[in-house]
Amino acid sequence: MAKIITVDEAAEKIQDGMSVMIGGFMGCGNPHSVIDALVRRNAKDLTIICNDGGWPGFGVAKLITNRQVKKLIATHIGLNKEVGQKMSAGELEVQLIPQGTFAERIRCGGNGMGGFLTPTGLGTIVAEGKQVVNVNGKDYLLELPLRADAALIIGYKVDRSGNIWYRGTTRTFNVVMATAADLVIVEAENIVEVGEIEPENVVTQSIFIDYIADPSRGWRIL
Amino acid sequence: MDNVRSCIAARVAQELKDGDVVNLGIGLPTQVVNYLPEGIKIIIHSENGIVGAGTKPAPGMESRYYVDAGGQPASITPGGAYVDSATSFGIIRGGHVDATILGALEVDEEGNLANWIIPGKMVNGMGGAMDLVVGAKKVIIAMEHTSKGAPKILKKCRLPLTAVKVVDLIITEMAVIKVTDKGLELIEHNPKYTVEKIQAATEAKLIISPELKPTAA
Repeated sequence: MAKIITVDEAAEKIQDGMSVMIGGFMGCGNPHSVIDALVRRNAKDLTIICNDGGWPGFGVAKLITNRQVKKLIATHIGLNKEVGQKMSAGELEVQLIPQGTFAERIRCGGNGMGGFLTPTGLGTIVAEGKQVVNVNGKDYLLELPLRADAALIIGYKVDRSGNIWYRGTTRTFNVVMATAADLVIVEAENIVEVGEIEPENVVTQSIFIDYIADPSRGWRIL
Repeated sequence: MDNVRSCIAARVAQELKDGDVVNLGIGLPTQVVNYLPEGIKIIIHSENGIVGAGTKPAPGMESRYYVDAGGQPASITPGGAYVDSATSFGIIRGGHVDATILGALEVDEEGNLANWIIPGKMVNGMGGAMDLVVGAKKVIIAMEHTSKGAPKILKKCRLPLTAVKVVDLIITEMAVIKVTDKGLELIEHNPKYTVEKIQAATEAKLIISPELKPTAA
C-alpha cells in the first residue's frame, strides 16, 4: 500500500547525485508540485531522465535553471534555449535519444527485458558504438534498458492504494516510468477512495507505487 | 494561393487518402488539415499520445490536459483515444501510420533526411522524428525549396542524418519531387517556375518525368 506524503516529503527522498525519471511531455503530465518541491529542496548533481527540457520557467526547466541537473537524458530540447546554452558552456551534459527508443528503453527497464532491436537510428550518429543485429535479412540496433533511482510521475485520479487514472494526454512516459525505478512517487491531482477507479480503468497499478504525494497537504509557498 | 507555406500544405493534402493515419510535424505540416479535399477524413496521430486528434481548440477551450506533439493545445475527435508513449511509438514503428509529413533542413537524392541538428548552431533533438520516418509507410517532406536561396535538396546530405533512405516525396512551393532508385524525379512543377529555374535551386540533378505536369493551383 502506497503511503500518502506531502510534496516536500517526496522531494526529501531525492538525494544528491540520484538519477530521476520525470514523466510528462513538454510540461503536460509533469508532476509540477513535486518539481517545485525539488527546487525548494535543492538536491544537486541529478541525472534527469525526461522527454524534454521543458519550457523556460515551466516543468523540468526549473531544475535546470536552479543548477540542480548534472546530466539530462531527453529526446528534444528545442523549446528551452537554456538547455542548449548550458550544454555549450559545459555546465550540463545532455544525451539525446530518439523518442520511441527512449520510451522503449524505459519499458524494457521496468519489464525485465535485456534490451530490444529497433531500426530507428540506423546509419545515424545514434548508432555509434551500438551493436547492429540482423534478423531475417533486416538490420536493427540493439538498445539497452534504462532504469533510474527514482521516478516522479503524476496522476489525475490516484486511489489511496496507488492505482492511477490519467487524464487526456498526460499519460506519456508516466506509464512506463512507473515500472522502471527503485523508488516511485506519484503526484496525485485528486486522491480518491479505493474502488473509485474501476478496475478496468486502472492504467498504472498500485503495486508500482511507493508514495503518493498530495499537493494539497503541507503546501509551502516560497 | 499567394502564401508559399499554404501552397505547400494544400499540395500535401492531395496526397492523403480517406481513412489514412497521418502524423503531422510541427509547423507547416499542421496546416495540411485545412486543405483536405472534400470527403477525405484522416486520423491524426500525435506522438505524445493521441490517435484521432482534432482541430486546434477555440480560444478559451484550451486545457493543460490536452496538448499536441508541439506542446500546443489540442483536442480529440469522437472515436479518438489517448495512449501512452510506448504504445504511441509502437504504433509508429509497427507500420500503423500511413503517412508522416515533416520539414527538413536537407534531403538528398538517395532519400536521406537531415532535420534535427546543426552542429555548433542548433541542437533541438530528434524528438520522435527518427522513429516516424523509419516507421511510417510514406514519408513526405513539406518544405520551402531553398533556405534563402541556398539549396536544401542535395546530392548528399551534409548535416548529421535523421535517417537513411526514407523519404518518398518532396513537396515545395516550386515542385513535387519523387525519390526513386535512380534519383530524384521531378513530377510536378509550379507553373510560376520553369524546369530550369527549379533545377538551378536544386543541387541534386533532377530526372524530368515524361509525365511532368503543372501543379494544380
